[in-house]
Amino acid sequence: MFTVALVAILVTMGLALARAALGPTVFDRILALNMFGTKTVLLIAVIGFITGRPDFLDLGLVYALLNFIGVIAVLRFFRFGHFADPEDEEGAD
Amino acid sequence: MAVALDIASWLFLLTGSFFAVVGGIGLLRLPDFYARIHGGGITDTMGAGLVLIGLTFQAGDWLVVFKLVMILFFLLLTSPTSAHALSKSALTHGIRPLLAEEEEESSPS
Repeated sequence: MFTVALVAILVTMGLALARAALGPTVFDRILALNMFGTKTVLLIAVIGFITGRPDFLDLGLVYALLNFIGVIAVLRFFRFGHFADPEDEEGAD
Repeated sequence: MAVALDIASWLFLLTGSFFAVVGGIGLLRLPDFYARIHGGGITDTMGAGLVLIGLTFQAGDWLVVFKLVMILFFLLLTSPTSAHALSKSALTHGIRPLLAEEEEESSPS
């Protein structure tokens, strides 16, 4: 039963990785990264149920919070950091 | 009782998996960045929520149920916030939505 959800989550992670590799702007990559992190939380929970060790849910709980903080940190660094060259970025015109 | 729980768990897990894959395809195939946020939002709300609810029916312990509910709560709290920050940041960086530009160009005024 959990194998179906596991395969679906893995397929979705692959699609998110493809968008992160293709994405024309940096925001597409951040969006795909955010989705990849959410799917990682689900993957950890499902693997914990498959192997019969629900302690994995603690890791998922920590990862859910770290993912959000990571996205906000990357956005702020992109806004105020030093690698945001205006001519280097295709999306902003 | 156990059969009913299994059936409910199957139903939620299958629906959640379906929405996760649909959101992933939408993230890959939609033409605009703001439309792709919609694809990501589907996987964050429907996919993650239904899969976690489906896992909740299989949890034998109340502590496991509490942890799953806390994961769901934090996901529902952080996912719209990050999507909002992402779209606002993209808008201030000058990425225009696709449809507004097309309507502006095709209008006869």
